[in-house]
Amino acid sequence: MRTFRIGGIHPAENKFAAGKKIKTAAIPKQVVIPLAHYIGTPADPIVKRGDVVMVGQMIGQASGFISANVHSSVSGKVVKMDVQLDASGYKRPAVFIEVEGDEWLETIDRTPDIKRECTLSKQEIVDKIKAAGIVGLGGATFPAHVKLMPPPGKKAEVLIINAVECESYLTCDHQLMLEHAEEILVGVTILMKALEVNRAIIGIENNKKDAIQLFKKLAVNYKGIEVETLKVQYPQGGEKQLIDALLRRQVPSGTIPVEVGAVVQNVATTYAVYEAVQKNKPMIERVMTITGKDAPSPGNYRVRLGTYLSSVVEEAGGIPEGTGKIVGGGPMMGRSLMNLNIPMAKGSSGVVFIREAESIRKPVKNCIRCTKCVTVCPMGLEPYLLMAQSERNMWPEMETNRTMDCIECGSCSYTCPSNRPLLDYIRFGKSTVGGIIRSRTSK
Amino acid sequence: MITMSIVLISLITLGVIGAVASIILFVVAKKFHVFEDPRIDEVEAALPAANCGGCGFPGCRGFADACVKSDELGDLFCPVGGNDTMSKVALILGKTAVAQAPKVAVVRCDGTCEHRPRYNEYDGVKHCFIAHNLYSGETNCSWGCLGFGDCELSCEFDAIKVNPVTMIPEVDDDKCTACGACVKACPKLLIELRKKGPKSRRIYVGCRNEDKGHITKKACDVGCIGCAKCFKVCPHEAITVENNLAFINDEHCKLCRKCVEVCPTNAIKEINFPPRKVKTEAVLND
Repeated sequence: MRTFRIGGIHPAENKFAAGKKIKTAAIPKQVVIPLAHYIGTPADPIVKRGDVVMVGQMIGQASGFISANVHSSVSGKVVKMDVQLDASGYKRPAVFIEVEGDEWLETIDRTPDIKRECTLSKQEIVDKIKAAGIVGLGGATFPAHVKLMPPPGKKAEVLIINAVECESYLTCDHQLMLEHAEEILVGVTILMKALEVNRAIIGIENNKKDAIQLFKKLAVNYKGIEVETLKVQYPQGGEKQLIDALLRRQVPSGTIPVEVGAVVQNVATTYAVYEAVQKNKPMIERVMTITGKDAPSPGNYRVRLGTYLSSVVEEAGGIPEGTGKIVGGGPMMGRSLMNLNIPMAKGSSGVVFIREAESIRKPVKNCIRCTKCVTVCPMGLEPYLLMAQSERNMWPEMETNRTMDCIECGSCSYTCPSNRPLLDYIRFGKSTVGGIIRSRTSK
Repeated sequence: MITMSIVLISLITLGVIGAVASIILFVVAKKFHVFEDPRIDEVEAALPAANCGGCGFPGCRGFADACVKSDELGDLFCPVGGNDTMSKVALILGKTAVAQAPKVAVVRCDGTCEHRPRYNEYDGVKHCFIAHNLYSGETNCSWGCLGFGDCELSCEFDAIKVNPVTMIPEVDDDKCTACGACVKACPKLLIELRKKGPKSRRIYVGCRNEDKGHITKKACDVGCIGCAKCFKVCPHEAITVENNLAFINDEHCKLCRKCVEVCPTNAIKEINFPPRKVKTEAVLND
């Protein structure tokens, strides 16, 4: 079985919601749809207060190259355009919609039939994906259409579908694969057509045996789609790690995967692409996992964008007693949430309740030079060194030690026997060095 | 005999090497001698030797070098030494120093635990810059002080300290040299260098919150809500209100304290003023 060659860790899987059927969460009374995501410029609102919108209607227009359209996930009336706290506590522009009924745009095909034929041209597919506002649903929320338009002179050879879901606790992609395998495979053919490639590889980790079996059985009917079983290892879901695992190619520092002829798309993104291209359904809902060791009913929920996390959590049985921290996203890459009164965004893959005893950070001790962090770093960096340089504000040195290659997977902090906050310092250094590089190139 | 010759040989060899090396060093030192203006040393001796970088030059020698090279002292100013030092420097160089009003750092946040309740607990690295990089802070105000004391760490003069009770930094007027290190250290841009004012009296808006009034009010009791009452009452046109936040320009402010009286949230701070005269009933009745 294949896996990536450098570093990696094995956190406890804790996939309590595995095998739980996707439940459709109730439509809330009010939704707050953020116009900004983690990456990219916020969309420009194209509705105003008092407007009546339908499900699937565009309410925000992409305002730059790395930006995505935003659509209404409910039908109702726009009550205000205001700012809303996002997961990090900063205020972001958002559209507040009061729900009235559930009226969908007529163009959206809501039947469960699987539509296999796609007669659109390459450009039409990309335009449709762009119009539907699809972003990478793995967590980074990078607009999907940008990846389908390689820079001039570069040509993709192979499409990689990221069905790894290496984060512990999360099961939303796994369940989506079990319930919508055919749709995902059609989505893969659409993406292949958009990229003009003949080969696609779906990488699935070995802890999802049922999904691997299902996909191996179904993929026979589709030309050029391979299913590859991967050894369980974190952070295999990282783009560069997955390419290394499947193709044995390393993406050079500071470049994008198309440099080695690969384009990676997440499996949930692929499903969203299928829905957008074949069913005309824009990005208005996603599957998320609500889980935790003490969670009353861990499960996977299909939630409309803009629903307050508190109402989804309420539906899943509320916050369990003794919860010390609530993490938005997976426990490794996710961020702890300040409160649950934040709307669900395109990148919200889950809510994880962490027990109080497990959530407390242990006291920081001195570095004992054991080099465990160097061993586990999947990018081959030296985390202890980067942390020391970040503490001393040695930005040029951090740049030469390739801090910008850090994928913020947190393996170093996870493995450190002295509980040193390596990632916190490296992330700070990375943002500072990134700013320095940007100001230098803009001159 | 043999031992003697070894001693002799080594002595002669080393002596010759030493002589040749000294000649080379002498020639090189003469040929590549860099002339340095002796006044640079004199000026450096007059400077406070804090090497804080507050002047904008790399250390006191860098500043001394700049002073000697420039035609006028105009913009060059040592914030630590102040006007005394600058007049000394001017005397050495035979130039005229431009007197500048002494400045002091002020912290534009008064979000103590009492005024600004905490809604979550941060247990990460206790540094403002790392907390700021992660999220907005423990309170609902995303503009205010985080209280982990990066300003305290940056201060070379022991002048700014986080009060352990209020978790807000406090500036010691006498020790503060206005070098600006804390201004750079604060990720929330809360610290500002302002005119020290006569008898260290000064008035400033102790808030940086640019949110709309109702959001600010919910997050903090003493935040500026942008009501512009101070702007209307100010007779000297020193106050501007932009982005729901008032700002007092210390160039125009005459310290009349009218704005302090009208501020509904007590966001405008007055420092080192004597207590106000309590209006007696007789005065009120008039």
